[in-house]
Amino acid sequence: MRQYEVTFIVDPVLSSDEAKSTVQTYINLLKDEGCTIVHIDEMGLRQLAYPINRRNTGVYYCVEFQPKDGTVIDRMELSFRRDERIMRFLVAKLDKYGIKYNEDKRAGKIGKVKKKEEKKEEKSGRSRPRTDRKPAHQPKEEKAAAPPVEEKVAEPVADANPTTKAEEKNDGGEA
Amino acid sequence: MASRDDIKFLSNPNIGNKRKKYCRFRKYGIKYIDYKDADFLKQFVNEQGKILPRRITGNSLKYQRRMATAIKRARHLAMMPYVTDLLK
Repeated sequence: MRQYEVTFIVDPVLSSDEAKSTVQTYINLLKDEGCTIVHIDEMGLRQLAYPINRRNTGVYYCVEFQPKDGTVIDRMELSFRRDERIMRFLVAKLDKYGIKYNEDKRAGKIGKVKKKEEKKEEKSGRSRPRTDRKPAHQPKEEKAAAPPVEEKVAEPVADANPTTKAEEKNDGGEA
Repeated sequence: MASRDDIKFLSNPNIGNKRKKYCRFRKYGIKYIDYKDADFLKQFVNEQGKILPRRITGNSLKYQRRMATAIKRARHLAMMPYVTDLLK
């Protein structure tokens, strides 16, 4: 059976009871069609990245379900479109990795913690070779390049930077 | 004259050394990219919220494609901006 995931944003102006009842209507709709609800995730009130219907926040819900056939989704989408309380929705089919990911997430295996670790690994991987390389290069080049040569080169480089900055400023002013 | 430790290089001495880019999804075995995880997807986007090309991210074609769809889904759900300034 295919597994789908529907994420939708409920209007934040509604009271919590009203919001819950709207969510419940869709869950009932799915259940009536013979879908098995795998999980309901209430992601809560979140800041929107851009205003939708003049609202800057929204209540996010994510429902995973397994329908008997795909016709349910059309009907569900239609009712989502007609419903003014739903600001946005997105139905996505989950592949086997997606199902596994969500299961792991629920079990707490995947969280922000794991991803931060990964990020740290990447960052450390980047920073380490750089620090290693610097000392290796410095002695060689210092021997080869005499200090006065560097000073001569230094002047044009120092001059070049302000001009580019000035150009940028000019461009900004004209624009 | 300045001692050797004080000498600063005019250009970055590492400039000639190319670091090999790699696909982080392949490397860390990430099979599924969640569109709800906006913080993770922000790594693949520039300051204006534009998707970075493969030549910069180093992702394999398969995961670059999936990452791009995930970002587009996140944009639709207002988890990520379509256009902005100073995202990072």
